[in-house]
Amino acid sequence: MTRISITVDGVGHTDDVEPRTLLVHYLREQRGKTGTVVGCDTSNCGACTVHLDGTSVKSCTVLAVQADGHEVTTVEGLAVDGTLHPMQQAFHENHALQCGYCTPGMLMQSIDLLNNNPHPTEQEVREGLEGNLCRCTGYQNIVKAVLSAVEGVAS
Amino acid sequence: MTATDERPALEVGAPRRRKEDQRLLTGRTRWTDNITLPGMLHLAMVRSPMAHARITAINTDAAKSSTGVVAVYTGADLADEQGGLPNAWAIVPDQVAPNHPSIAVDTVSFAGEVVAVIVARTAAEARDAVELVDVEYDELPVVLDLEAASKGGDLTHAELESNVSAHFVFDSAEAGTGDNVEDAIAASRDGGILLERTFRQQRLIPAFMEPRSIVVDPTAEQLTIWTSTQVPHFVRVFTALVLGIPESKIRVIAPDVGGGFGGKLQFTPEEVLTVIAARHAGRPCKYTESRSESLMAAHHGRDQIQHVTLAATKDGDVTALKVELLADMGAYLGLVTSVIPILGAYMYNGIYRFPAYHFSCTNVFTNKAWTDAYRGAGRPEATYAIERMMDELAAELGVDPIKVREQNWIKHEQFPFTTVAGLEYDSGNYEAATAKAKELFGYDDLRAEQRRRRESGDQVQLGIGISTFTEMCGLAPSRWLGEQGYVGGGWEHASIRMLPTGKVEVIAGTSPHGQGHETAWSQIVADRLGVAFDDVEVLHGDTQISTRGLDTYGSRSLTVGAMAVVAAVDKVIDKARPIAAHLLEANPDDLEYAGGRFGVKGTDKGLGMAEIAFAVFQAHNMPAGVEPSIDAEATFDPDNFSFPHGTHLCAVEVDTETGEVKIRNYTCVDDIGKVVNPLIVEGQVHGGLVQGIAQALWEEALYDDSGTLVTGSFVDYLVPSAADVPSFTTGRTESPATSNVLGVKGVGEAGTIASTPAVVNAVVDAVRHFGINDIQMPCTPHRVWTAIQNASAGDNTPRDVSFEDNAVPSHNAEVSEGSSEGGQA
Repeated sequence: MTRISITVDGVGHTDDVEPRTLLVHYLREQRGKTGTVVGCDTSNCGACTVHLDGTSVKSCTVLAVQADGHEVTTVEGLAVDGTLHPMQQAFHENHALQCGYCTPGMLMQSIDLLNNNPHPTEQEVREGLEGNLCRCTGYQNIVKAVLSAVEGVAS
Repeated sequence: MTATDERPALEVGAPRRRKEDQRLLTGRTRWTDNITLPGMLHLAMVRSPMAHARITAINTDAAKSSTGVVAVYTGADLADEQGGLPNAWAIVPDQVAPNHPSIAVDTVSFAGEVVAVIVARTAAEARDAVELVDVEYDELPVVLDLEAASKGGDLTHAELESNVSAHFVFDSAEAGTGDNVEDAIAASRDGGILLERTFRQQRLIPAFMEPRSIVVDPTAEQLTIWTSTQVPHFVRVFTALVLGIPESKIRVIAPDVGGGFGGKLQFTPEEVLTVIAARHAGRPCKYTESRSESLMAAHHGRDQIQHVTLAATKDGDVTALKVELLADMGAYLGLVTSVIPILGAYMYNGIYRFPAYHFSCTNVFTNKAWTDAYRGAGRPEATYAIERMMDELAAELGVDPIKVREQNWIKHEQFPFTTVAGLEYDSGNYEAATAKAKELFGYDDLRAEQRRRRESGDQVQLGIGISTFTEMCGLAPSRWLGEQGYVGGGWEHASIRMLPTGKVEVIAGTSPHGQGHETAWSQIVADRLGVAFDDVEVLHGDTQISTRGLDTYGSRSLTVGAMAVVAAVDKVIDKARPIAAHLLEANPDDLEYAGGRFGVKGTDKGLGMAEIAFAVFQAHNMPAGVEPSIDAEATFDPDNFSFPHGTHLCAVEVDTETGEVKIRNYTCVDDIGKVVNPLIVEGQVHGGLVQGIAQALWEEALYDDSGTLVTGSFVDYLVPSAADVPSFTTGRTESPATSNVLGVKGVGEAGTIASTPAVVNAVVDAVRHFGINDIQMPCTPHRVWTAIQNASAGDNTPRDVSFEDNAVPSHNAEVSEGSSEGGQA
């Protein structure tokens, strides 16, 4: 076991983890952050995307020990005092989710996308979301949501 | 809620944002894998790497002594209690099926079959122990080729006499629904047109985003099963039947379910094994599959060879359609494996007035994962075949493919129309949908551009594909299902609970997994009962709450399930009427119900439904002989299917030097009758389109020569990303269904059914001038490029104009780098 100190959605924790523990398993099993989900085992689907110090990572590709001393934001940390994050609101308004399984990862990646490129074209949004798979929506409304969130998210 | 004259505009038809979204957007979800119970154990499966082999020995000693392992089971351990997995649909009385174990006992029949189960304290410890189980196999001949398997040779199952499971025939002359096909084919040989084509429906994988997961809690009086399924009611019945547990002792819950697409319309080995393990341990058990396990062992879809013969007059009037199918069942028959190709049997005639039709299908076993429902289930295959053939007919005639369709389709004034397959299409307007689609698409301009590119010999050629589809959906009607050999019914159930505070609980027998029923059902109830949208709560997916239901698949939830909701609402109003009359001291016949309120005709006296609900809750002042309840339930069984239709137009750019296909424009106009929520409908169409396009261009489940799935991860199984697909132009026309009171038709599968042939027709259209009349799906750059090379090399010089510059290697082009070089300017 290795001891790590980590901030998850604004709350600091110190936990013992097996060195092989993936960040996503730490979040789900030890921290109860089940909003973040696992969709594959090859880092293709992006369902587990979270922010590590403000940048998106696939939490199935990061070891919990690598997050030691860092700050993690999950989908559960987006809404503030019950008010949806502008990206969450944009997904809701544009019907950008159906089953919702890819949604946590899509949201985190979409926010990261706009952080890096505050005024993307449709094609840039599509390419920016290439690492996140959705089987329900055909992506059209996700792309629409991200484009509509531009003003609300970009700072 | 008190009576008021101010009511919101009608909910039905409004683009309501979904109720479901809040929890899904904020991560407050209840996926099965999120559930953790005290003392819960974790399962991992040891799966066969062999496609066909005899198990000669299994050594579990090392696994049993591994850290955290509580138990290890082999097939021999569970042989007596596991029963056999069900097939619910005998398409012919003499259908043959092998026993379908949840865990292989002495023989494995596909790679991925479970051979041992590990039960451990943690999921990681269970997976560690998988590596320690030593299984010895004697390899058996592996049957992989569908066509060869249908003819004899090696056996998929040594205990069966052949690889053929069933042979099904529908003939319009025999059924009395049309003429004799062979006569029409013979006639076509004399001056008419006779086209024969063979199409390959490749094997696909549903690839829902949430891997399947099961949690079983055996500790209470009732065994509780949480499972990521489309069909909790099925799981309850079959758990009872297969394992001999009284049905009343089983509660099944489908919590939030992350997509299905038919892939979770199943009763699975993993469900059976988790139940068994939990009962043995006397503790809760969980099993969650990995993605590679899901791709390998959850059921696949499609996988057919279609031989199609179409006869027509020299003027293009189709006189006969003959369809001969080979359908790959894989190694076993799952829940409805056998009927998937047969669900297409009545659909090959599509939207057309064909006078003669013959369909035959041979279901064949191979040593692969079993196939079963995947979005569209039989109807995409049928639509693909006929829509490809109509393009082939147009090419033969040298006419616009829309014209030849128009010449043969059912005119809007001919509805209701009984087809050559014996179905009665209730309503539709193919002319209107096509006209609107052409306009939105810019059909004439794109055709003009296509001509320009042909004439200039552009390296990038434009192709235009058409798909004018219809489908039969809304599974139901029970009588029809029974006649076809299905053991179950097709009805749907709903109940309404009128709570004392004026809130309304709708309990649905359907079980959504992304479709937005909570929103759409609320809209329907809000209008019909006259209550606020937000006052309606929709409950589903728990057999202890939703006590009757047949779940969600086959685009049935709205056309069947919501009709049960409507009927239950009407019963609530009927039950409330005498109570309202009593409280208002009026004659029940003098009451009219509107806007959530009983009013006394000709007066301003009235009583709101919420007030009645509270009065019933108190039950202080009920009319004599009336029970103090206005709750109601209803079961609905329709008389007919739902027949949505639409016209889909696709323009692709094909780079003739690389074979790359790019979708330039995709426009569709769907007619699904009345629409409850246009936002949800559009979402269903978008998602359906991408799945159908993915079959046309990217997805294929591939096995190697030893029967190993080589597309066993998302690295190799190409589910498209946002960067792979365009935005779509969608439109609607509206021919209300006459088979239900809301006038609605199904939409869940429409996009997938329609889009595949639109895309492939476009790809073929782009390269037809090379002499190409088919490219096998998925139309990868490699296949498109090879088709161009082969067509050109085969002295099949481009039939159109000015392609000299695209000249090709003089040798019979093998696929290798550099062989595409010609004299390209």
